[in-house]
Amino acid sequence: MLEAEGIVKRFGGLVAVAGASLRVEAGEIVALIGPNGAGKTTLFSIVSGFETPDEGSVRFDGSELAGLPPHAIAARGLVRTFQIVQPFAGLSVRENIAVGAHLHEASRRRALAAAEEVAARVGLADRLDEPAQALTIAGRKRLELARALATRPKLLLLDEVMAGLNPTEIDAIVAVVRAIRDGGVTILLIEHVMEAVTRLAERVYVLSQGRIIAQGPPASVIADPAVIEAYLGHGAAARLEGASHA
Amino acid sequence: MRHRVFGAALLAALGVVPLVTSSEFWLTFFLMALLFALLGQSWNVLGGYGGQFSFGHALFFGLGAYATGILQVRHGVPAWPAAIAAVAIAAAVGAAVGALVFRYRLRGSYFALVTLAFAEVARILAASFDYTGSGFGILIALAPGAGNFQFADRRVFYWLAWALVCLGCLVALWLERSRFGARLIAIRENEAAAQALGIDPLRTKTLALALSGGIAGVAGVLYMQIFLFADSHIAFGPTMSVEALLAPIIGGLGTAFGPLLGAILLHALGEVARHATGGAPGLSLVLYGVLLIVMLRFLPDGIAGLARRRARG
Repeated sequence: MLEAEGIVKRFGGLVAVAGASLRVEAGEIVALIGPNGAGKTTLFSIVSGFETPDEGSVRFDGSELAGLPPHAIAARGLVRTFQIVQPFAGLSVRENIAVGAHLHEASRRRALAAAEEVAARVGLADRLDEPAQALTIAGRKRLELARALATRPKLLLLDEVMAGLNPTEIDAIVAVVRAIRDGGVTILLIEHVMEAVTRLAERVYVLSQGRIIAQGPPASVIADPAVIEAYLGHGAAARLEGASHA
Repeated sequence: MRHRVFGAALLAALGVVPLVTSSEFWLTFFLMALLFALLGQSWNVLGGYGGQFSFGHALFFGLGAYATGILQVRHGVPAWPAAIAAVAIAAAVGAAVGALVFRYRLRGSYFALVTLAFAEVARILAASFDYTGSGFGILIALAPGAGNFQFADRRVFYWLAWALVCLGCLVALWLERSRFGARLIAIRENEAAAQALGIDPLRTKTLALALSGGIAGVAGVLYMQIFLFADSHIAFGPTMSVEALLAPIIGGLGTAFGPLLGAILLHALGEVARHATGGAPGLSLVLYGVLLIVMLRFLPDGIAGLARRRARG
């Protein structure tokens, strides 16, 4: 469904993404993990059209996306959320979600009705008339998810929807994300909360310093020495190995 | 909700003004307030709902006034077709300016400065060519008659202005209840998030500027037909741009009736000041400045915001 090939992105002298490639098949939940500054969000921004890659191609459902503006990519069914939540602060929860619903729904009445439906799916049904800025962080993350979901995407790019949530809230969101996938939406997510990654993702890509250094099922990726070193520093895998034998 | 009821009631009351008073003074006073309410609504469409603060709305007002005048005086076009063409020109220039300025992602103070520059260029050009009346301006020959869009009875202009203000309020209410309006407001609130949800900011803002320019053009045409005269300073000068933005900011940005509330308050205060000081030139601008500062300090959401706050509290 999504094929990103050899993506390179430089900001001045800094190489944020250095030839990363990844694939997502229809119906999957795929996680993209990696240390801070690895280039995960930049990769998301390239796939969703907010940044143009210096090299590489992004194909979605067989057609090239690189060079298309974000709104055109969203209209094709690839929709992202933001790590730093971006609510329409002056609007109510219902109005926020309706903006997403309007992508394929011209009627205001039907867009508002769709917003109610989507709010129920992400657990915001009792918050519909509250101003978006009155929501807690967990609420705003749900709103971010709801707005994207309301566009009826084929592929959802979720950028750290669980950061800053407590364990109960994470449980709730994990269930919501799984339900969204079961509803027919493919999901690619960036996540730091490893517990959520292992529970949700079927496949994991690890990005470090702009390169994909490992991929596979969560359990094997987490045990990969290269991954441990990317997170904890050079030699960490050997030291951990030594510690567990001692 | 409450400010909407109040606004609608005020609009209804304004509709019967000519029936309860025959005073030329009051009729002119309210006529001018309505004219500037219309201009304010034009600014409100782009600034209030779209969050793009223009400092050069005189450009579109002036285009409306000048285009209808020039078409009639230089080309012998009948008044009504000239009026329609003038509004179309103002809207088209709005679209062109939008397509240019928004393509280069000018926002905030940059957008304000560029719109001011466009209006100033138009003012200087209008004052430079004989075709546009150079230093003198455009004067339409007095020829009363409905066919000439000239009415000896001022009440006709009054009701026409009133009906157009009603229409302007309906446009604003439509924005609050339509997909286009939802997209425009989403861009105002957060452009990146709007893009991520499939909204094309360039297209949406350009359409909003075309709509806004068209409405300002209507106000310009009406001004021209009422006074049968405009010079480059009246039509394209910064004073007109300031008038356009003050009414909605004082009345309530992004509210359907805010520009009307603001225009009435501004003109009442302007009139009081004129009487108190004997009409020193430029004084109204000083007063507007003070009022703007006071409003932003104590009532950032305008008069309509006050009504909303009361309703909540």
